[in-house]
Amino acid sequence: MALKIVKGSIDRMFDKNLQDLVRGIRNHKEDEAKYISTCIDEIKQELKQDNIAVKANAVCKLTYLQMLGYDVSWAAFNIVEVMSSSKFTYKRIGYLAASQCFHESTDVIMLTTNQIRKDLSSPNQYDTGVALTGLSCFVTPDLARDLANDIMTLMSHTKPYIRKKAVLIMYKVFLKYPESLRPAFPRLKEKLEDPDPGVQSAAVNVICELARRNPKNYLSLAPLFFKLMTSSTNNWVLIKIIKLFGALTPLEPRLGKKLIEPLTNLIHSTSAMSLLYECVNTVIAVLISLSSGMPNHSASIQLCVQKLRILIEDSDQNLKYLGLLAMSKILKTHPKSVQSHKDLILQCLDDKDESIRLRALDLLYGMVSKKNLMEIVKKLMLHVDKAEGTTYRDELLTKIIDICSQSNYQYITNFEWYISILVELTRLEGTRHGHLIASQMLDVAIRVKAIRAFAVAQMATLLDNAHLLTGNMQRNGICEVSYAAAWICGEFSEHLENPMQTLEAMLRPKVATLPGHIQAVYVQNAAKLFATVLKSQEGNTDSTAAQETSQLMIERLPLFVQSANLEVQERASCILQLVKYIQKLQQKDVEVAEEVSALFAGELNPVAPKAQKKVPVPEGLDLDAWINEPPSESESEDEQPKAIFTKEETKHSRPRHIEVDEKELARRREARKQEQANNPFYIKASPSSQKVYQDTPGVEHIPVVQIDLSVPLKVPGLPMSDQYVKLEEERRQKERAEKKKKEKKKRKEKRSGRGKKHDSGPESEEDITPAHMVDIVTEEMPENALPSDDDDKDPNDPHKALDIDLDNLGEMAGRRPLADSEKLPVRSHRAVEAAKSPGEDGDAETVATQQPKKKSGKDKRDDKKKDKDKERKKSKDEKKKKKHKHEEKEEDLLRGEVHEPVVQSEGISQVAELPTSTSAEVSDLDFWLSNAPVPSNTQVESPPLPLPLISSVNTPLIHSMNYWSVICCFFSRNLSLYCLPMWISDLFFCLVLIFLTLVFFDTASSLKGHITLSSSILQPSSV
Amino acid sequence: MIKAILIFNNHGKPRLSKFYEHYSEDTEQQIIRETFHLVSKRDENVCNFLEGGMLIGGSDYKLIYRHYATLYFVFCVDSSESELGILDLIQVFVETLDKCFENVCELDLIFHVDKVHNILAEMVMGGMVLETNMNEIIMQVDAQNKMEKSEVSWTPPVPCMCMT
Repeated sequence: MALKIVKGSIDRMFDKNLQDLVRGIRNHKEDEAKYISTCIDEIKQELKQDNIAVKANAVCKLTYLQMLGYDVSWAAFNIVEVMSSSKFTYKRIGYLAASQCFHESTDVIMLTTNQIRKDLSSPNQYDTGVALTGLSCFVTPDLARDLANDIMTLMSHTKPYIRKKAVLIMYKVFLKYPESLRPAFPRLKEKLEDPDPGVQSAAVNVICELARRNPKNYLSLAPLFFKLMTSSTNNWVLIKIIKLFGALTPLEPRLGKKLIEPLTNLIHSTSAMSLLYECVNTVIAVLISLSSGMPNHSASIQLCVQKLRILIEDSDQNLKYLGLLAMSKILKTHPKSVQSHKDLILQCLDDKDESIRLRALDLLYGMVSKKNLMEIVKKLMLHVDKAEGTTYRDELLTKIIDICSQSNYQYITNFEWYISILVELTRLEGTRHGHLIASQMLDVAIRVKAIRAFAVAQMATLLDNAHLLTGNMQRNGICEVSYAAAWICGEFSEHLENPMQTLEAMLRPKVATLPGHIQAVYVQNAAKLFATVLKSQEGNTDSTAAQETSQLMIERLPLFVQSANLEVQERASCILQLVKYIQKLQQKDVEVAEEVSALFAGELNPVAPKAQKKVPVPEGLDLDAWINEPPSESESEDEQPKAIFTKEETKHSRPRHIEVDEKELARRREARKQEQANNPFYIKASPSSQKVYQDTPGVEHIPVVQIDLSVPLKVPGLPMSDQYVKLEEERRQKERAEKKKKEKKKRKEKRSGRGKKHDSGPESEEDITPAHMVDIVTEEMPENALPSDDDDKDPNDPHKALDIDLDNLGEMAGRRPLADSEKLPVRSHRAVEAAKSPGEDGDAETVATQQPKKKSGKDKRDDKKKDKDKERKKSKDEKKKKKHKHEEKEEDLLRGEVHEPVVQSEGISQVAELPTSTSAEVSDLDFWLSNAPVPSNTQVESPPLPLPLISSVNTPLIHSMNYWSVICCFFSRNLSLYCLPMWISDLFFCLVLIFLTLVFFDTASSLKGHITLSSSILQPSSV
Repeated sequence: MIKAILIFNNHGKPRLSKFYEHYSEDTEQQIIRETFHLVSKRDENVCNFLEGGMLIGGSDYKLIYRHYATLYFVFCVDSSESELGILDLIQVFVETLDKCFENVCELDLIFHVDKVHNILAEMVMGGMVLETNMNEIIMQVDAQNKMEKSEVSWTPPVPCMCMT
C-alpha cells in the first residue's frame, strides 16, 4: 500500500500540472497546436492510470484545454470517475470539468445519478455545494426527474449555504422537468420568508424568473412580494421584486395603484442608481397599465421623465444609455411628456457612442409630427452620409423608413418628398435593406393613388439609370429596388411619359444578371408595357411602329427564355409565343391592342399581409387530416423544402443567417469532396471539366468590368429631396398667410359679435394640410376575418411547459390538489430493497406511527456530530434508507386502506363546518388589493405548523368534496414535512385516522368500482 | 438569467469562459471571438452595454462588460437582469479576485483558472446570481481551500517540480 502511494507520488512528480501546461503553451507560441496535441497524448496516458490524483490532474488540464476550444468529450467517463472520488479536492475538479463540457447528449451522464445523489446527501456541506453547482450546469430531464426529490429535501437543509443553492437549482429542475413545479412550489414559497437573506434572495430570484415567463400564475404572490419590498433592504432583492412587479402590473391594474406610492418613495429616498432606475422602469410599467384615464398620475410621469432627464444629462454614458432606454418606454403611452425633451434626444444623436445613438434613434420615432418630420429626416439623411459602419447606416435607413411609414403614413404631408427620399436611399452603397425600400415604394405607389404619376416617372428614371445607381448589383441588396421599379412602371404604365424608352430599359441584356425573381418581374412587366405601347402606337396611323415594337420583344425575349430560373423561363416563353402570334396578326393588319391590354385589365388591390392567415377555415374542413397517405419517413428526410414560395422570405430574412448558411454549405461541400476523394468507387471529375457555366449564354460570357464608385453619382433628372423641403416650406408659408387672412376676417366678425379674444397661438399640427389630398387606400382583409393575432409565440419555448396554475396548490382552496401522477418520484432503489426483504412490510404497518419519530431523532444527531468512522456511517445510511422506505410504504398502505371510506360522499357535511384557516386571507389577492392599508407583518407570519396543515385537509372537503384529492393533498403535505417536529405530524396522523374511521363506519361500500380503480393507480407507485 | 461569462485579454485570448447553456466548442470559440471583436473596438468612456451579440440569445440579450487593465470581463445577460446591477456584480467579482489572489493580475487568471472558476461558482450558479456579498463569498472560498489543504497534507507531500 505504502509502496503504491510512493509510486503514485513519483508518477505525479513527472506529470505536468495545470501550471506547467499553461507555461508550456506560452513557450510554444509558434507551434501551439502541435504542443497541445502532445499534451493531450500525455493526458490520455495519465487517464489510464489507477491513481486518482493523476487522473484529477489530467482532468484539470482538460478543463483548461476545453476553454481553448478543444473537444474533450472523449474523457467524459474519466471525468465521472474523478467526480466520484471521495476527496473534496478531486471531486471539485471533476464537477468543474463536468459543468464545462457535459450536456444533454453526453451519454455518461446517466451514470452520475447515484453519485450525485450520494454527494447531495453528504454530511460535508461543500460536497453537497459542489454537486449542486455542477448539476446546475448539466442537469438533464432524467437527472431532474430522479433528483428532484433529493433537491427538494435540501431546500430545508439546516445550512443556509446549501438551502440557497438548492433553491436556485430548482429553477433548472423546473425547466427540465416541469412536472416538479407544482409539488415543489409550496416549499419554494416558504423560502421567500427564510431567515437567511441569501436564501430569501435566491427564492426571489427563482420566482421572478418563473413569473417573468408566465406572470398570471404568480399574481397571488403579490401581497407577499409587496411585504418583502417594503421590508427588505437588500438592493438585489429589491431590484428583482420591482422588476417582477413590472411584469405583474399589466395583468392587474389595481396592483399598480397600490405600488405607485411606495415606488415613488423609493425613487425619492434611494441613493443607488440601479434601484432608482428599476423603480422608474416599474413606475412606467404601472403608468402604461393605467394609461387610460387617471389624470392624477401626471405627477408620477413628470417625476419619471424628470429623473430620466437627469440620467440622460449625466456624464456617465451608462446612465445616459439607460435613461434613453427607459424614455422609449414612456414614449409609447405618454408621447407628449417625452416630446418636451426633444432637444436632449436630438443632441444624443450626435453622441460618439453608437449604443447611445441607436437608443436615441428609437426615441425619434415618437418625436416626429407632421411639422417636423421633414426636418428630422433631413438630419438623419446627413447622418446616413456620415455613418462609417454599415450596421449603423442600415439601422438609420430602417429608422427613416419606420418613422415615415408609421401609423399609415400619418405624418407625411408630401409624398413627392417621401418618394424622393426613398430614391435617394437607393444610392447607399452596400446596404442590406434594398427590400425594405422596395416594399415602401410599392406600398406608396399602390396605396396613394394621387402620387402614382410622380412615382412612375421616378421609377422610370431609376430603371433607366439602374446600372449607374447601384454599381455592383448582384452583391447588393439594393437590386431589390429594381424589382419595385419594374413592377410600378409596368402596372401603372398609363402614367408613363415615354413607355417605349422604359420598355427598352427593361429588356436590356444586362437585366439577365439580376436575381431570378427580379428578372421574372421584369419579363412580366415588359409584357404589360408592351400592351400600353401597342395601344398608343395603334392610335397613330403609322402601323410600322407597332410592328417594330413586337420585333423588339421577339429579339430580346429569347435571352430570358434561356434563363436557368424556372419562373423567368416560363414567363418569357409564354410571352414570346404570345408576341409572335401578335406579330402574325399585325402583319394581317388586325387591330390587337385592345385585346392585348385586356390581358392586364383591372386594378390590383393591396391586401393586408396577414389576410391569408385570417381567412376562416370553412366548416367541415379539417386541415390536419391527410388527403393522401403520408409519405414514408425516409422520403421526407431526403426532400428539402422547395424554395419556390419561400424564396422571397429568405431574401428578407436577416443576412446573418444567409452567411451562416453559406458557411454551412461550404463546409458540407468540403465534407462531400473529402468523402468523394476517399471513395474509390467515385469517378472523379477531371479538372478540365470543372468549368463554371454561366446561367446565360451569349453576351454574358464576356466579362464586364463594373466600376465601383464610392462617391454616389448625381444623376440628372433624379429628384433631390431637399428641393421638396423648400417647396413644402413655401407652400406652408403661403397657407399660413392665407389662414391669417381668414382668421383676421373671422376675428373681425367675432369682435363685432362678441368681445372674446380668439387665441391664435403657435401653429398646431392639425393646421398643416397635406400638399395634395391623398387617398390612402387601406389594405383589404377577407370577410369575417379572425381577430386573433397570436402567431408570434414560439412553440419551442421551454417556459411554456411551466405555465402551470399554482394558486390552489397546497393552499386552502383545494380546487386542484396534486394528482398522484404529479408527485415527485422517490428514490428508485427502494423497489429493489423491498424485493429483498418482503418481511419488513408487515412491520412497517405496525410500527408506522413510531417510525418517523425515530428517524427524526437520528437525523438531528447526524447533523450535529461529524462522523469519524466511515464504516459505521455507511451502515447507518443503509438503515436510513430502509427507514425511508418504510415510511413511504406505510403511506402507501395507509392510502390504500384509507381510501375505501373516503370515496363515499356522505357524512361529510358535519365536517364541513370546521373552521377554515385564517391564513387563506394572505393569499387572497382580491382581499389584499381591496384593502388600502399595507398588510402588517403579523398577517403573513403564521408558521407552517399544525393549523394550516389541518385546514389544508379540511377545506378541500368543504369546497370540492373530492376525497381522493384530500388524500393526495394530505400525503403530499405530509411527505414534504417530515422534517418538521414529528409530534406534530403524529398528532396529525391520529386526527386523520380517527376522522377516517368515523367516516368508514358511517358509510357502506357502495362505490366498489371506484376503489379498485384507485388502488390500481396506487400500485405502480408502491412497487 | 446570465447566459455566459467571459474573460479575455486585450488580444482576445480567453482567460475564462463559462457558458450556462450548451454550445459546441467551436461555437464557444466563435462567440468569444465575436464578443471580443465587438467589445474591443469600443473606446474607453463609452457605455458598458452592447446589444447585438448575434450568436448568443438575440434581441433580448445584452452584453455588459467592464475593462480592467489588460482584461475584459463580459457578462451576457437577458432582460431580467438589472444592467447596473450586473455592472456592480462584475465589480464585486473583480474585487473578490483581488482579495483572493492578493493584487490580482492577468497572470493569476492565466495560471489559476480553476480557482477563478471556484470563486465564480460561489457568486453565480447555473446562470443565476447566488451571492453578492463579498465577505460571504470569500469566507466560503477560503473554507473550501482550507479543506483542500487538509486533504493534501493527509497524503505524503509531493516535491514540487518547478523548484528544481
